Amino acid sequence: MSDTAHGTGGLKFDAKKRAWPNELNIFIALIIIVAVFEALGQLLPYMNNQSFLFDTRDRFDSIFNEARLRIIILQVAIIGIIALGVTQVIISGGIDLSSGPLVGATAMIVMSFAQTELVNGNPNPKAVFGPWAFDLPVLIPIVVGLIFGAFIGAINGALIAFTRIPPFIATLGMFLICRGIAQAWTRGQPVSFPTESYAALGKGMMPVFWFILLAVIFHVIMRYTLYGKHTYAIGSNEDAARMSGINVQRHKVRVYMIASMLAAFAAVILSSKNLTAQSGMGTFYELYAIAMAVIGGVSLTGGRGSIIGTVLGAMVFGVIQSGFTYIKLDAFYQLMAMGAIIISAVVLDKMRQERGAMRS
Amino acid sequence: MSDIILETKGLTKHYGGVHALNDANFTLKKGEHVAIMGDNGAGKSTFVRQITGVEQRTSGEIIFDGQPVHFAGPLDARKAGIETVFQTLALADDLDVPDNLFLGREKTFWDWLGPFRFLDYKSMRADTIAGLEKTAVKIPNIKNTIRNMSGGQRQCVAIARTATFHSKLTIMDEPTAALGVQETAQVENIVRTLKEAGEPLILISHNMRQVMDLVDRIIVFRRGRIVANLKKEDTDGQDVVAYITGAKTDPAYEVETL
Repeated sequence: MSDTAHGTGGLKFDAKKRAWPNELNIFIALIIIVAVFEALGQLLPYMNNQSFLFDTRDRFDSIFNEARLRIIILQVAIIGIIALGVTQVIISGGIDLSSGPLVGATAMIVMSFAQTELVNGNPNPKAVFGPWAFDLPVLIPIVVGLIFGAFIGAINGALIAFTRIPPFIATLGMFLICRGIAQAWTRGQPVSFPTESYAALGKGMMPVFWFILLAVIFHVIMRYTLYGKHTYAIGSNEDAARMSGINVQRHKVRVYMIASMLAAFAAVILSSKNLTAQSGMGTFYELYAIAMAVIGGVSLTGGRGSIIGTVLGAMVFGVIQSGFTYIKLDAFYQLMAMGAIIISAVVLDKMRQERGAMRS
Repeated sequence: MSDIILETKGLTKHYGGVHALNDANFTLKKGEHVAIMGDNGAGKSTFVRQITGVEQRTSGEIIFDGQPVHFAGPLDARKAGIETVFQTLALADDLDVPDNLFLGREKTFWDWLGPFRFLDYKSMRADTIAGLEKTAVKIPNIKNTIRNMSGGQRQCVAIARTATFHSKLTIMDEPTAALGVQETAQVENIVRTLKEAGEPLILISHNMRQVMDLVDRIIVFRRGRIVANLKKEDTDGQDVVAYITGAKTDPAYEVETL
């Protein structure tokens, strides 16, 4: 990929005019945000010269405050998995609001297939099914979850592709349906006590491992495969994609199926990490996932954005959240500040685009 | 094999009571460049829409490459080898030049991966450069997205699509209507290279100089009918205008007015 400077018809390509990748802007923003929190730690009188990023404890000789970094990345990993799916939905020109409640519904269903028979020698008090569903191999709950996700995603996609109702409406409906399923599954009772092998899926830093693995896979898919190219093409100009022979309807169904399967997988990891499933799980996750994508430069009008951007967006999201706690900002104000940051991210992106359009 | 690439017999299109196109008999030889002229609403675009399958004809026959055809949509026409450059460009703004050229017919490898098969960027880029060089299209950087290109460059990319894929017939609907002088010249150059390559073309245009410059034959439409079939050598601008406005009608196309 060294020969990016291609011109035809004898025209030379000016390497200086090479497009500045959007991802770099987000990376710079990430560094600036970290620096701001670092500075606030020094400046705010009640902070006692704490450091946001670096280790200041005498007992350890590490450079960075590893505990904080670990928490940041662990916090964003599970929503980040959802954001990977949401990213490709938004690039295709759609939106998916159903992912949060889908996490709740999937967690409830999946956990019911992952229960262990004996808890500390006593029968499982939270058993959903009969004895046949105890101590099943770990693959069964995962597969059940992915099938459920694919099913919900297929309905989303089919509604959007074939009835042509706006994605906002279709997935808003699914939002309520999924939350309903989550509550109806056990009439609001939490489902707990998973098998050991199931609990291992989300133990410790495992969510981060899954997030990175899936991010790499989806980066490759979006960038180097036919599926990715067609997703960008549909979001960029749906008519052109159709005229070029792309089966737009089938592709949209696939996009929503994959998004929902990722949300379902996130539910598996989350319920495994928490060792329990509750019907209220995943509240606000759909919005946080969209926010990560948008902060990462994914354009809500479709056609633009990348997995790398979303991963960086997720990091920005995590750093801001952690930073607010670090400077001891009240949780009530944290939500408000987060909202303001998401709006400014979109405004900045829009301004950047318009400036770019004027230049050319 | 005959040397006729496209023939229409009695092609007719009615929109409700409006007779947009009546009994159009038209032939196009291989390698021939034909212009379709006429006033707004004369039936030019309607004629093209029937050929490219954008609309379904009321009656008549279309014979393409020796076979009677019924295109269900523009995609069918494209698969059969008819490439159309539309007035509204069908390009994906956020993709670069090779992506647009190969949209819907990408070169891939590891095809066993199904929808997730990999794109052969290298080969597509090489073909794109070859195709653009062939048609003498000037684009500074083919890795730029279409969004960052001028109207002329966009139009050139749209036309280069047809040149790259050796279509059997190219149809251009007012390809230079929205372009500046230099950009128009560039598009006209591409049309000339198509002519040299022996690729047949139907050009819809209002630009008399352009038509006289580029094509072998001029078909004039008026009020839904073909009223003239003029060889370029036997006519001039004034003559064509007379047909367009209705001052003259080719005796061969005279119909009894009711």
